[in-house]
Order: sequence, then structure tokens, then C-alpha cells
Amino acid sequence: MSKILAIESSCDETAAAVIEDEHIVLANVVATQIDVHKEYGGVIPEIASRIHIENISMVINECLKKANLKMEDIDAVAFTQGPGLIGSLHVGVQAAKTLAWAFKKPLVPVHHIAGHIYANRLVSELHFPLLALVVSGGHTELIYMKDEWSFEVLGTTQDDAIGEAFDKVGRVLGLPYPGGVYIDKLSKQGKNIYKLPKPKPEKELDFSFSGLKSGVLQFIKRMERQNETFKPEDLACSFQETAISCLLERADKALASLKVKQFVLAGGVAANSCLREHVTNDLQKKYPNVECLIPPLSCCTDNAAMIGVAGSVAYRHGVRAGFDVSADPGMDLES
Amino acid sequence: MKKVIHSKKDTELLGRKLGELSFKGMCITLNGDLGAGKTTLTKSIGKGMGIDKTISSPTFTILKIYKGNIPLYHIDAYRMEGIDQDLGFEEILQGEGVCVIEWGEFIKDILPEERLDISIYIQKDEERIFDINAYGERYESLLEKLL
Repeated sequence: MSKILAIESSCDETAAAVIEDEHIVLANVVATQIDVHKEYGGVIPEIASRIHIENISMVINECLKKANLKMEDIDAVAFTQGPGLIGSLHVGVQAAKTLAWAFKKPLVPVHHIAGHIYANRLVSELHFPLLALVVSGGHTELIYMKDEWSFEVLGTTQDDAIGEAFDKVGRVLGLPYPGGVYIDKLSKQGKNIYKLPKPKPEKELDFSFSGLKSGVLQFIKRMERQNETFKPEDLACSFQETAISCLLERADKALASLKVKQFVLAGGVAANSCLREHVTNDLQKKYPNVECLIPPLSCCTDNAAMIGVAGSVAYRHGVRAGFDVSADPGMDLES
Repeated sequence: MKKVIHSKKDTELLGRKLGELSFKGMCITLNGDLGAGKTTLTKSIGKGMGIDKTISSPTFTILKIYKGNIPLYHIDAYRMEGIDQDLGFEEILQGEGVCVIEWGEFIKDILPEERLDISIYIQKDEERIFDINAYGERYESLLEKLL
């Protein structure tokens, strides 16, 4: 039974976790300040390396304490190597290297997206081949996993990530942060009655949300120009249905051509109720032989537990980094 | 100076030209309306610089780095509004590559004095007004070549 210490600092969060036997969370600590975000009506990112440095030792200490373990009990140290913001990533990478060196533990590099997908392992066994839809504030990717620890990116966003489009449209509609949550709420009172643009990128499995975001803005400006009124709940609903349908169309296309055992959602936008409903009501019905996994919210957001699960699998597969390893802000998933 | 741009294609042509004219240490800020085409413009600047990789929005990670003949540092300060954190961007701003900063107005205290400021405003449909201002000789001559 492996015990993996995982460190994640790819952007806003400084986090550490200990995972036992690839799927049991012994401790999961995040130094987050979401209340501060709300206070300012926008995201106040803790992205400065200085803040990660202030947090990291405390977070790791707290994590080991909660797991009731010492560094000597740990089998390997996993860390997010990328992608992310270079200064933030460096702090986690450096902490992982220091611990691994001081306690003579193997170092296991993990891709942030692999972490999001493997977060599902916390609630279910994964069966391959599988198709994963990773949707968050920073990512929109469709990934095919033929086997364990094999990744093929089928499609990715050509401009904005879907979560970013939700947050920006939320801001335009005057909704609080995070916009995605409030658009989801507001949509429940509205109807999908406005036709909004659905940009089509060159490759059919790629995504594009920038044009849709601009389409919402153009719509509001046009209404203002023509002195017409509109219901914000209808616009929110129309936007949400359009954005989510872009995801579902790509997933549908991929499922039609690939024989997979599972379809898994991952990332913060997997919490969106419209996406969850359509996956359950449409995709699951259309592909009854594919098990659709919809993770609980606790598995969706950025945290170190997901890096720990992915790191445990990578550790078993012999993935290692030397002490010369560095953060890779533009890291590719396939390799 | 102000320039009216009639289509997304024109925005892309302008960006590509800007990329072709890029030099080490160049700094461009992009401001204006949300959804006006800041990332679209940056994508074509990258193409002009010979970068093949997809350039996508850096809003979430704040900075994305692309390797070309010289590196492109694509910064988005959208999430930096009203906060003061030392991100070590000074190093990048005085570095060996090209810096394109979306929502540069949110970090104006750390911007170099010499730079190109572009503000993009949405008009009807794909029409945009580009308000372009050059600061410093290098950027003034760049602007002349650009238009």
C-alpha cells in the first residue's frame, strides 16, 4: 500500500495531500481564501510566489499532522510540474524536490490535467479505455485514455476556457463571483430563447468560446441600441445551454467513434447542473453501455488529493523525475 | 491615433504584421471592451512571430509562455484588478522576448514607459475601433510601419 505526499501550487492554491493505496485520502489541505475573493466581487488570485512560499511549509506540516504520518512513512513525493503560472509552480516543485532530497524519496512529476481526471478515482474505479471531458476556469479538453496512464488530447479550446467564459459573462450580467455558479442558478428561472453564436473551430473536436462570449456582449449592446429590454435569466439560460451544448456535441462525436467503457467529467465546471443533467439524460441514454461518471463537487476543484491519486498511479508506473527537474508552465499531457 | 477595423480578418492581418515587426524587449498592452478581440489579436501576433502552438486565453494562469524565434510572453492582468502583488513580471518585461499584456491598465505601475498601447472598442458586428498609441521612438517608428 503506497503512501504518496502530493503538492499542488499551479496557480491560486497552495495545497498538499497524502493518498494511501491510490484512492484513500488521509489528508487534504488547501490554503484558500475564497471569502476574500467574494469580498472584492472578483477573483483575488494568490498567485504571487511570495504568498505560496508563506503557505507551503504550513500546508505540508498541517497535511502530515492530519494524516498522522512522518516524512519517513511516505513512499514518494508527487508534485504538479505544469501547466500553470511559472512562479507559482516553482514553489511547489522546489518544496517537493527539497523534501525528496532530504528524506531520500522518489520524485513523481504530475500533469495538472491528469490530476483532474484521476480525481474520479476517489469515488469510483476507472475502466479503460475511457473518455474524459475536463472543464474548468483554465481548461477545456477532451481526452482519450486507451489505457491507464496513457493520454491523447482529442480536442482543446482554441481561445477561452469554458469556466472563463462563464465568469466573464457573469460579470457582464452583474452577477457575483464566481460567475459560473450564479449563471447556473439564474438559468433555472429562465428560458433558452435567444440564439447565440456557436463558433466552430477548424478541427471538429476542438472548442471555442470567445465568439460566444462576444455574442452575449453584442446581444446586450444591440438591445441597448434598440431601446429594448431582455430578461437576464433568459440570456443566462440561453448562454448556458449554448455553451454546454458545445461540450456535449464534441463528447457525442467522440463517443460515437470510440469504443470506451467510461465517460468521465472533471474540473470545476463539472459542477454545472445543466452539464450534469444533459450527460445523465442525453449521453447516458444514447450510450447505455458507457458508464458516465459525474464526480461530486469535492473532486472537481483544484486540490492536491487529485495530484496524489494521479501521482500514486504514476509512481506504480515508474514515472520519476530527477533532482534537476523544473516547473514546466506549458507542459504537454501527451508524451 | 484611431483606426477603424471592419472584420476579424483585418484584426488578424494587423496582428500578423505586428508580429512580423516584433523585436526583443517589445511591450504591447491591450485594453478596451471585454470580448473585443484582445486574444484574437495576440493569436495573430504569435503567428507573425512564427509560433505554431495554439495561443489560448491566459486569463486563468495569468501568464503563458510560447517559444518562437524569440519567446512570446502572453500576460492577462484581468484577474489582477485592484490587487497589488509582486509577480516578478519586471524580469519578463525587460527580457529577451515580446510581452503582450491584456488588461495592461490593471498593472500600469510596473509597465515600461516605452511601449505600444492598443485599446479596442466594439462597434456594430465585427467592426472595431483600435486606439493605438506609441510611447518612445522605437514604438513611434513601429506604428508608422504598421499602418
